[in-house]
Amino acid sequence: MTLHADLRVQRAGFSLHLDLALEPGEVVALLGPNGAGKTTALRALAGLLPGGRVRSGESDWDGLPAEKRPIGVVFQDYLLFAHLTALDNVAFGLRARGTRRTEANAVARRWLDRVGLADLARARPRTLSGGQAQRVALARALATSPELLLLDEPLAALDVSTRLRVRSELGRHLADYPGHTLLVTHDPLDAMVLADRIVILEDGRVVQQGTPRDVVRQPRTDYVAHLVGLNFYRGVASGTEVRLGEGGTLTIAEPAEGPVHVVFPPSAVSLFPSKPAGSPRNTWQAVVSGVEQHAHTTRVDLDGSPAVLADITTATMAELRLQPGTTLWVSLKATEIHTYPR
Amino acid sequence: MRSRLPVVLVLPAVVGLAFLLVPLAGLLIRAPWATLPAQLFSEEVGQALRLSLVCASLATVVCLVLGVPLAWLLARSDLPGRGLLRALVTVPLVLPPVVGGVALLLVLGRRGLIGEHLDQWFGISLPFTTAGVVLAEAFVAMPFLVISVEGALRAADPRYEEAAATLGASRWLTFRRVTLPSIMPGVVAGTVLCWARALGEFGATITFAGNFPGRTTTMPLAVYLALESDPDAAIVLSIVLLFVSVAVLAGLRDRWISA
Repeated sequence: MTLHADLRVQRAGFSLHLDLALEPGEVVALLGPNGAGKTTALRALAGLLPGGRVRSGESDWDGLPAEKRPIGVVFQDYLLFAHLTALDNVAFGLRARGTRRTEANAVARRWLDRVGLADLARARPRTLSGGQAQRVALARALATSPELLLLDEPLAALDVSTRLRVRSELGRHLADYPGHTLLVTHDPLDAMVLADRIVILEDGRVVQQGTPRDVVRQPRTDYVAHLVGLNFYRGVASGTEVRLGEGGTLTIAEPAEGPVHVVFPPSAVSLFPSKPAGSPRNTWQAVVSGVEQHAHTTRVDLDGSPAVLADITTATMAELRLQPGTTLWVSLKATEIHTYPR
Repeated sequence: MRSRLPVVLVLPAVVGLAFLLVPLAGLLIRAPWATLPAQLFSEEVGQALRLSLVCASLATVVCLVLGVPLAWLLARSDLPGRGLLRALVTVPLVLPPVVGGVALLLVLGRRGLIGEHLDQWFGISLPFTTAGVVLAEAFVAMPFLVISVEGALRAADPRYEEAAATLGASRWLTFRRVTLPSIMPGVVAGTVLCWARALGEFGATITFAGNFPGRTTTMPLAVYLALESDPDAAIVLSIVLLFVSVAVLAGLRDRWISA
């Protein structure tokens, strides 16, 4: 049954207005910059803040406090109860909802087994590693078979090496979970890997939603374009010409008409010390404003008409002797540019 | 090498130290060690000691039952005027205990605001009874418990309580199973301080409960009385109280207050 949420939270200088429809078994990621209202949305859904209207089939959670909602929450720093063992943590929700101790413990034990921590049933939270604590937190949230699972930055507290493994494990558990899942994150990778659908929140409003593939290919705001690492412009197309809002004109391969978004990857951009002769249809002059070294490429920030990001090899970098203030020629093939209606 | 410690600081420091320690040493030096065991098990001392322990423990129970919820209210609710309430709760801490005793008499005495009705309707009279001792001690000692527990509550992360709520726990269950265990060190420290304060209570007790051996004469009262009639007994009683205080302090330091 679809779960409909209508979240409206007003606070000084901030308002959240978010409509969500979550299908059973679907994992929806709420992605956005810090302060976008992601955690506020999660707290409103959980009933920890007023303003979270939720309808699920016949039942209406309006005005219900957290303890009356059929939810499970995995908090960013897990919030495992330090004085209880891992088993008692997982059994806590069942006990609180009136399940008898022996039965609650049996269910909790099964859950610990499912997350691969059967041997650590007697362990206290402070003796667990970050990855283990996260798994206990997940087991604790799922043990009550909630209708809605809420995950608040579930991987943010982990170091990079554990993160990869825990992420794939989490993906497996989420795939098995039949209820609705909302994952709050500021990490695009978490959202891309774990979610079926991504909802992007900026300033308390949805700015874009779609499958991870759609979001990656067709960003609709600067924030999203930055997340997925694309050059992004708004323009008006007329045939194979796009006049960009911020100045400059690009020639595209596929003709288009009217207001469009324009994207191309930084790796499609070439840089030359003097005006290149020959094929590329788009060349313009730009000034280097920043240089950032990545693993195998160098990202160059250029001011011009339009401003552009370019990824170049270290060899090119050395050849061009780039530094802030250097004037260069930017060259871009028309076939590398992707446009879609605004 | 560091330069020598300045005399203007060291001299008063040493005098201060002596001022605090010499009286205690004097107590130990003047103690009638030979007759001490006999004194200790005399009817008079035993009676006062028993009464003191019973009353201080009962007062502590009263403080726990009322004080922990009060601390919770002060720390967790969004009650208007919470700051003022918190300040008022600490008044008995700085109030001369004798004033506390007078205040209790005015309210709970036979002619008091509430005491009058207690007497008329239920035939209950609290002043000059053992129950009165318990009340007087609880009145003076409760702020110690409330402050200690409230501090622990404010230091405890309320998000754990939210986590418990999302797991379906009512606020009462959350308090019992999550909040209380996490503030236990604060509760224990507060309880011990509260008990020690109750044990040493003098002013409010003698004002409100009077001085009736076996009924309201607790150790501190017995010490004061004995000083006139039997100084040796006074010293023995004082030494008992001194040892109890030191034991409380040592217990607190080792387990709950690591400096």
